[in-house]
Amino acid sequence: MCTVCGYGEGDTQIEGHDHQHDHDHSEHLHHDHGEQHGHTHDYGLGPAHAHAPGMTQSRMVQIEQDILSKNNQYAAANRRYFQEHGILGLNLVSSPGSGKTTLLTRTIDDLQPDFAIAVIEGDQQTTNDAERIRATGVKALQINTGKGCHLDGHMVGHALETLKPEEGSLLFIENVGNLVCPAAFDLGEAHKVAILSVTEGEDKPLKYPDMFHAADLMLLNKIDLLPYLSFDVERCIAYAQQVNPRIKVIQLSATTGEGMQAWYQWIAVTRQIVLVGHPALAV
Amino acid sequence: MHEMSLCEGVLLALEENAISQGYKRVKTVWLEIGALSGVEPEAMYFGFDVVMNETLADGARLEIIHLPGEAWCMQCSQSVQVSARYEACPECGSYQLHVTGGEEMRIKELEVD
Ligand SMILES: Nc1nc2c(ncn2[C@@H]2O[C@H](COP(=O)(O)OP(=O)(O)OP(=O)(O)O)[C@@H](O)[C@H]2O)c(=O)[nH]1
Ligand SMILES: [Mg+2]
Ligand SMILES: [Zn+2]
Ligand SMILES: [Zn+2]
Ligand SMILES: [Zn+2]
Ligand SMILES: [Zn+2]
Repeated sequence: MCTVCGYGEGDTQIEGHDHQHDHDHSEHLHHDHGEQHGHTHDYGLGPAHAHAPGMTQSRMVQIEQDILSKNNQYAAANRRYFQEHGILGLNLVSSPGSGKTTLLTRTIDDLQPDFAIAVIEGDQQTTNDAERIRATGVKALQINTGKGCHLDGHMVGHALETLKPEEGSLLFIENVGNLVCPAAFDLGEAHKVAILSVTEGEDKPLKYPDMFHAADLMLLNKIDLLPYLSFDVERCIAYAQQVNPRIKVIQLSATTGEGMQAWYQWIAVTRQIVLVGHPALAV
Repeated sequence: MHEMSLCEGVLLALEENAISQGYKRVKTVWLEIGALSGVEPEAMYFGFDVVMNETLADGARLEIIHLPGEAWCMQCSQSVQVSARYEACPECGSYQLHVTGGEEMRIKELEVD
């Protein structure tokens, strides 16, 4: 475990991030380890713990702090890092099996000639997805969250130390397949991209409104299967817009490639915005 | 278990605050939870006890202050109450609503010693 920041205390594992060795945390550029936040478990345990006289008086403390404020600090540090290095960070969120990794491998195959690309893969148990990504030839790092059902800003900060995405690159973060908590945990990404496959039912945006509200783009995947299903595309899009009037929707198939050009166009345009202020990286 | 992670967020905040404010034990935690935050209070109570076990807030009491969902309806130009993000305006049925309150997940106040 990271002795300074207490990281790796649960069962989270980051590939290539060896928390056994006592690494020098001066290299932890993405978050300030000046303050201790390791879980210390030695507060007032048991009746033998004697309170100093006069110290048992209760008092009230106004704290007024967002529950996720710590995560938001890590996310802000990641966001700063992306800005400084002209990196477009996209957080891909969906239910399990909607096609995130398939979409990514195809996207990488098609965009690799034009862009530097790196990938952070979140999964509870396996490293299969990172291996599928590495087979395309780009850098990928697996974060195994164990029982944790989402990536958080702190994990991604640590992953960036090891992955070191290139200046001006595209960084795809495949979140754990889960339409609930990843909506609340900012990773520092420029945009959340929600992937919904047509095999899932058109009412998903209403069942998971927080996720579709937090996303700027919805990719409606597996449209090659529409002829075999009774999925109502128009209704699904209307539901998504009901929870998020600003959401953009692209229909595509990661296996046949239909609609992928619109997704690439969205990436290219979005990247231009990230590169404002980085003229040397804009190609 | 979204609420479990939120409780871990609460614990991190308490541990930092205990150092800066100089206290050793937390006896009560008041959270403000908005109706549109997606947080299940029951799951929060459960997660709280599990996560706070053997910490500075071991055995602490959790009090949840519920805040209503509020939105501005652009059709009828007034503030209305909503209980979910996808709901229509209860006055005119429009979906052109701007959420103005109810997304809170905030640690409000602590009783410490
Ligand atoms: N027909 C069809 N199948 C697809 C498409 N995209 C993905 N699939 C299939 O859907 C299944 C799941 O795809 P993955 O890419 O592993 O999905 P994922 O979202 O990464 O899954 P997790 O990481 O486990 O959450 C695989 O069998 C894919 O071949 C598509 O556009 N059309
Ligand atoms: Mg995958
Ligand atoms: Zn570390
Ligand atoms: Zn750290
Ligand atoms: Zn989670
Ligand atoms: Zn109205």
